[in-house]
Amino acid sequence: MALLEVHNVHAYYGNIHALKGISLTVQEGEIVSLIGGNGAGKTTTLRAISGLLPPRAGYITLQGEDLRRYKAHQLVSKGVAMVPEGRGVFARLTVEENLEMGAYHRSDRTGIAADMKRVYQLFPRLEERRRQLAGTMSGGEQQMLAMGRALMSRPSLLLLDEPSMGLAPVLVEAIFQTIKEINKAGTTILLVEQNAHMALQTAHRGYVLQTGEIVLEDSAHNLQQNPVVQKAYLGID
Amino acid sequence: MLKQIRDGDWISLVLWLFRAVVILLVLYGTVAKLFFGVGNAYSGRDWANFFISGLSQGSLYALIALGYTLVYGVLFMINFAHGEFFMSGTLTATVFVALPLSASGFLDRTPIIGMMLILITAMSVSMGVALLTERVAYRPLRRAPRLVPLITAIGASFFWQYYFRGLFGSSLIPFPELQVLQGRYTILGVEILKTRAVVIVASLIMLVGLYFFVMRTKTGKAIRAVAEDKDVAALMGIDVDRTIAITFATGAAMAGAAGVLYGLVFRQVVFSMGFVPGIKAFTAAVLGGIGSIPGAALGGLFLGIFEAIGPPLFLEGLGIPGGHQLKDVIAFTMLVLVLIFRPQGIIGERLAEKKA
Ligand SMILES: Nc1ncnc2c1ncn2[C@@H]1O[C@H](COP(=O)(O)OP(=O)(O)OP(=O)(O)O)[C@@H](O)[C@H]1O
Ligand SMILES: [Mg+2]
Repeated sequence: MALLEVHNVHAYYGNIHALKGISLTVQEGEIVSLIGGNGAGKTTTLRAISGLLPPRAGYITLQGEDLRRYKAHQLVSKGVAMVPEGRGVFARLTVEENLEMGAYHRSDRTGIAADMKRVYQLFPRLEERRRQLAGTMSGGEQQMLAMGRALMSRPSLLLLDEPSMGLAPVLVEAIFQTIKEINKAGTTILLVEQNAHMALQTAHRGYVLQTGEIVLEDSAHNLQQNPVVQKAYLGID
Repeated sequence: MLKQIRDGDWISLVLWLFRAVVILLVLYGTVAKLFFGVGNAYSGRDWANFFISGLSQGSLYALIALGYTLVYGVLFMINFAHGEFFMSGTLTATVFVALPLSASGFLDRTPIIGMMLILITAMSVSMGVALLTERVAYRPLRRAPRLVPLITAIGASFFWQYYFRGLFGSSLIPFPELQVLQGRYTILGVEILKTRAVVIVASLIMLVGLYFFVMRTKTGKAIRAVAEDKDVAALMGIDVDRTIAITFATGAAMAGAAGVLYGLVFRQVVFSMGFVPGIKAFTAAVLGGIGSIPGAALGGLFLGIFEAIGPPLFLEGLGIPGGHQLKDVIAFTMLVLVLIFRPQGIIGERLAEKKA
């Protein structure tokens, strides 16, 4: 049984039909990436999985359990964490308070403290800035904070929405390196990216999304070799 | 200013002149009063008394203003029914607790326990009314355009006023006087009515307590997280609806406590008592920058002191008699001025622009 299964999901914003029957699976331990152009429905897919935009048709299961009965805030304790597009750090909370919010559903003080230490090891920059307001941090630091905060919930499935957006190339490398590390430490990852090049290098498998539909699905290696993908998303003619 | 004339920007020129005139009037009145002794002669002790009564009134405004600012912080909505949260708790606690306890002599024998009982009742009722209002009147409108809950709030305000009028009638109800709080303390040569001293101290304790709650506790941090971004807060596992309800309840508890203190000072309560303090506190919240907790506290204190010192100072200096009856005019003039010139408040951040 796959960790995450999305079955023929349709999602709407008012009358706008944003997802037109999406199906995908993520196996335990995988990094799966979802690539596609602007407005393809990548963010909407993640919002559907995390409960922020419940599907109007179709359903989603996590370890076989139907997620329709849960609200977004209840999914965190089921093991789903999300780093939203644009990072979504709480600007007027300190770095440390942001991390505490990531562990909001937990009450094991020692476990939380240990995880905070782990996050600081992963991102030493955050520890230096513990008491700084998150809004005053640089874009790269905010991305680290958003990822660290998501890890604080000890997720089994981590949803990342364009973690490389707006970062300098050096930082992009570093972020994808960290994504691999997080995955090696046992977290399954569903990665949404416009930077198809980096995404496919990092992921095991990938899906290509176009105007609310999945048009391609393959191993990351094969997708990188696929002429259609090369032309449309990798800038190779 | 020259640039504005050149650009033909007459509206901002008129506004600019308007502001200059107000400032000049205040300055003129103050100078006339202080240096030329226009109007009554006040001693230093008189001024100290004005200040103290302003401070005590201001701390009540501050307590009530917190409710406006907290709710605005999470929902960007002006909760016009907040004055009714203030009224409902006090009225109920007066009729069902304060008067019976006073009649039986319990209140004067054990004033501290008695006051605690009154406070707990008032705060609980205010919280209950707030939670009910939020659940029934506001939550279903969470996704409606902003004007809709605003209008609903005005409706809720009328509903509660007439509901409590139906319960307790429309005549003034006396709030019992406590023997221990009769008379004055003398502090540094200034005599302070005991009730005023109690109001100031109790308010300060609650303001500090609230600040601690919002800044340090997990629930307080969740309130701040919800205020910033509801979707992301939900992604953290925060129950947004529940947190909003807690925010309403917190503000209402402060208002309920303020109501009891109000009863101590003014010694009468009535169904319509929430209206004027409600609007004053709203003014205070706007002054301090709505959405900001320290802003609401400082705005309240500032408004109370300004109202108390303004009339004897510049109104009398301008030769306007009976200035004390004009303190509401001062408060609302200030509200209008702030809304025109500094909608983000005097010490607040530019909330309006950032969130818009
Ligand atoms: N809040 C919204 N209201 C209405 N329509 C929306 C909303 N959010 C997204 N859409 C529409 O849904 C479609 C999918 O949007 P989505 O944000 O999922 O795209 P995306 O693949 O994440 O794009 P990008 O790479 O630009 O972030 C788009 O056509 C978009 O215009
Ligand atoms: Mg997107």
